[in-house]
Amino acid sequence: MGKGQIVAGCIAPHPPHLVYAENPPQNEPVAEGGWEQLRWGYERLRASLSEHDYDAIVLLSPHWQTYVGTHFLGLPHFEGLSVDPIFPNLFRYHYDMNVDVELAQAIHDEAAKAGLPVKMMENPDFRVDYGTITTGHLFNPDWDKPLVVISSNRSTAYYSVEVMQEIMIELGKVTRKAIEASGKRVVVLASNSLSHRHFTTESEVPEDMSKEHITSHAMHLWDMRMIDYMRSGQAQRILDEMPEFTEQAIAESDGGGLSWLLSTLDVPDYPAILHGYGTIIGTGNAVVEWPCYAHEVNDE
Amino acid sequence: MSQGEIVASYVVPVHPHTVLAPDQNAGWRRLRDAFDEAAQTIRDLDADLLIIYSTTWPSIIGHQIQADPNPEWVMVDHDFHDLGSIPYSFNIDADFAHAWNEANKQRGLQSRCVNYKGFPIDVGSVVALTLLNPDNSIPAVIVSSNMYANRSETTVLAKSCLDVIKAQGRRAVAITAMSLSNRMFTDFIQPEEDKIHSLKDDEWNRKILEFLEQGRLEDVGQLSRTIHRQIRVQKVVAFKPMWWLSAMNGNRNDLTGRILAYEAIHGAGGAVVHIDPTSTGVGDKEYDEDDVEYFHGERGVLEGAEESEKDAIQNTNAGADSTDESTASDSGPALWDPTEAKGSVNTDAAPKPVGAYPHARKVGDMLFLSGVGPRQPGTNAIPGGPIHDENGEPLEYDIKAQTHAVVNNVKRIVEEAGATMDQVVDVTTFLVDMKRDFAGYNEVWAETLGKVGPTRTTLAIDALPTPIAVEMKVIVHMPE
Repeated sequence: MGKGQIVAGCIAPHPPHLVYAENPPQNEPVAEGGWEQLRWGYERLRASLSEHDYDAIVLLSPHWQTYVGTHFLGLPHFEGLSVDPIFPNLFRYHYDMNVDVELAQAIHDEAAKAGLPVKMMENPDFRVDYGTITTGHLFNPDWDKPLVVISSNRSTAYYSVEVMQEIMIELGKVTRKAIEASGKRVVVLASNSLSHRHFTTESEVPEDMSKEHITSHAMHLWDMRMIDYMRSGQAQRILDEMPEFTEQAIAESDGGGLSWLLSTLDVPDYPAILHGYGTIIGTGNAVVEWPCYAHEVNDE
Repeated sequence: MSQGEIVASYVVPVHPHTVLAPDQNAGWRRLRDAFDEAAQTIRDLDADLLIIYSTTWPSIIGHQIQADPNPEWVMVDHDFHDLGSIPYSFNIDADFAHAWNEANKQRGLQSRCVNYKGFPIDVGSVVALTLLNPDNSIPAVIVSSNMYANRSETTVLAKSCLDVIKAQGRRAVAITAMSLSNRMFTDFIQPEEDKIHSLKDDEWNRKILEFLEQGRLEDVGQLSRTIHRQIRVQKVVAFKPMWWLSAMNGNRNDLTGRILAYEAIHGAGGAVVHIDPTSTGVGDKEYDEDDVEYFHGERGVLEGAEESEKDAIQNTNAGADSTDESTASDSGPALWDPTEAKGSVNTDAAPKPVGAYPHARKVGDMLFLSGVGPRQPGTNAIPGGPIHDENGEPLEYDIKAQTHAVVNNVKRIVEEAGATMDQVVDVTTFLVDMKRDFAGYNEVWAETLGKVGPTRTTLAIDALPTPIAVEMKVIVHMPE
C-alpha cells in the first residue's frame, strides 16, 4: 500500500439556502434560484476537483455539536430525512450516504493515541446533521464518494479560541497522519462560514436577492482580510488572528473547522483558489480550495 | 369559560439520562423520580396545556412554535448517542400554537409556526414531554429560544402567550427545559463518577434554588445575566428561560417554590423545581426592570433605512408623556389625557384619546366606550403599520393585525371597568376601505368578538383622525 495523500483541502459553507436554491430532487421545498455567486463557486470547485481522482471526503461539520469530546460517524450507511430546525421552510432533504468507517476509525484511533477524547457514533437511529448534508450535497451531488464525518467539539464555548485551536491543530495532525497511513487519496473539507452575524428577519421570498448583503462593513473587512490571507498563502496568519477574527466577526470558525483544516493541510504556504464569495442571510461565505495536488512532494 | 391561568410552573433538566439511563446513577434516578412526581402533580391539577420553552431549540429568525399536531420521530442525542434512542409521538395543540403566533405578531415579535414531517424536536423538549406527559393526555406547545432575543423580547413572548391562555380559558403549565450551570465534563466519565463540575457551579446552583424555593422567581430573572457570566458555558442562549418563566408568572417574587431534586448530569446542574402561583403572603418584592408590553427592538435589518423610516412613521406620536393637557405631534393629531367625569373609566393600558373624552363611561349597568382604534398604549405604534405616511402617501398595512389590536384595546378598557368581554352586547365598526379590508377584519372578528356574540354594524367611512384602518364603538351590559 502506497502512502495516502490529501488531494485538496476546502472550506465551503453549509447554509441550507444553497441547497434550497438548487432545487435538487431530494429537497422538498422549491425555490426560484438565489445565491448564485456561491452556487457557481461550488460548481467551479467541483470542476476543479473532477480532474483528480480521490477515494473519500473527510468533513468536519459545525452543526454536529459535541460538548464531550470529538465524535465520528461509525456506521457504513445512513439515510433519512434531514430537516433544518432553524430554516425548516427551506431544507427538508432526503439523504442517503455512505461512510468510510475504516478511515473514520483510523483517525479516531490516532486521536485517542494523541490524548484527545473521541468516540465513534454507532447508533443507527442517529440523524446526520444538516451541515453535513448541505455541504455533502453541494460538494458531491452524486453522493458517490464515502464520507468521514467529524463532529465539532465546542471547546471555544467551554474555554477559548486558543484552547479550541490547540485541540483542532492536534486533531488536524492526527487526521493527516491517519490519511497518509491509510493509502487513500482524500479531500478534506471544513464546512464553515466566515463572518456569522445573521439577519434576524427573513424576506417574504427567502431567495429575494435584493435583500441579501453582508450585515455590516466590519464583517466585510474581516472576510476580505481572511480571504486575502488564503489567496496569498498565509495560512499561519489565519491561525494567528483566529481569536480576533472569531470574536469580532462572530465567525463560524468558533466550531474549529478552519483551524482543523489548515492543520490537516500542514499550514499551507501556497495560494488557495477562491472559487466564490457571497452572503447568506447576512453571513459571509467563501468557497476556497487549497490545491494540494499541485504542491505535494511525491516521495514514493 | 374560565379566565385562563398558569396553574404551575416547572424547571426541568434537558439531558437524556433521566429517560434512558436513570438507574445508572443514583442522582439520575432521583431526577427521574422528581419528573414522575411532577407528572402526577400536573395530572392532579387538571391542567389542559403544557407550554415548553426549550433552551435546546435555538432559533435565529424570531421565535418558532411547533404546530405539527402529531410530530413523530426517533431522537438521538448528539453527545449521548450511546445511551440509546428516544422514539416520540407527541400531542401538540396546533390551534394554540397558531393563536400564540398571531399574538406574538400583535405585540411586535417576529414569529412563525413550524409544521413539517420529520422536524427534529430538540432533546430538552423530548425529555420534558416524554416524562411529564407520558400518556400524551395533555396537549402541549413548544417554543424555541431565540439566540438574539433580549429580555424585553423574551418578556413580550410570555405576555403574548398569556394573552392566548386567557382568551382560551386554559389551565396551563409553564415549563422551562434548561440546565442551571451548564458546564459538562469535556471528557467521558463513568456514571458513578458524575458530580457538579465545580464547587463554584454548585454554590451558584444552590443560590438559584434557594431563591426559587422562596418563590423569588423574578429575582432569579434579574440575576440572569450574572448567572450566565458566572456558571454558564457561552453557548447559544443566555440564562433567558428565567426571563420567560418570570414573565409567565407576572414577574413576581411571592410565589411558592419547591425543589423536587437537584443533581449532576455529566457535570451540569439539573433540577426539577415546582413553582406554585399561590402567594406566600410575605409580600411581593420590588420589580425594577422595564415591564414591556410591545416589542420595538431591532428586527428590521433586511429593510435597512426603509424600515427605519417606517418605524419612524409608526411612532410619529410616540413620546406623548407630557404634563400638558394635550401634546401636539409633528404630523398627527394632538393626544389628550382622558377626561374625568362621573362614571368615567380610563386606563393607561389603552391609547390616549385624540380629544377631550374618556375611554368609557358607565351609566347604570351599561358601559359605553369611545371609539377604539389599534394604536398601542404608551408608544402610539400601529400594529400592522399605518395606512399612509405623513405626506398622505398610501402604505401597505395589515388589517388583521390592526383588528386584533383594536380588540385587545377594547378588552383592556372593558376589564378596567370590571366587566368582561362576554358582556359586550353591541359593536359598530368603522372601516376606511371596506373593499380591501372587510374580509380580513371579518376573519379576526369571527375568532374574537364573533365568539362572544354581540350585534354588529360595519360602516365604510372616508377617514379616521390617525392613520388607522379600523375603529370600533362598543357597548357593554354589566349587571351588578
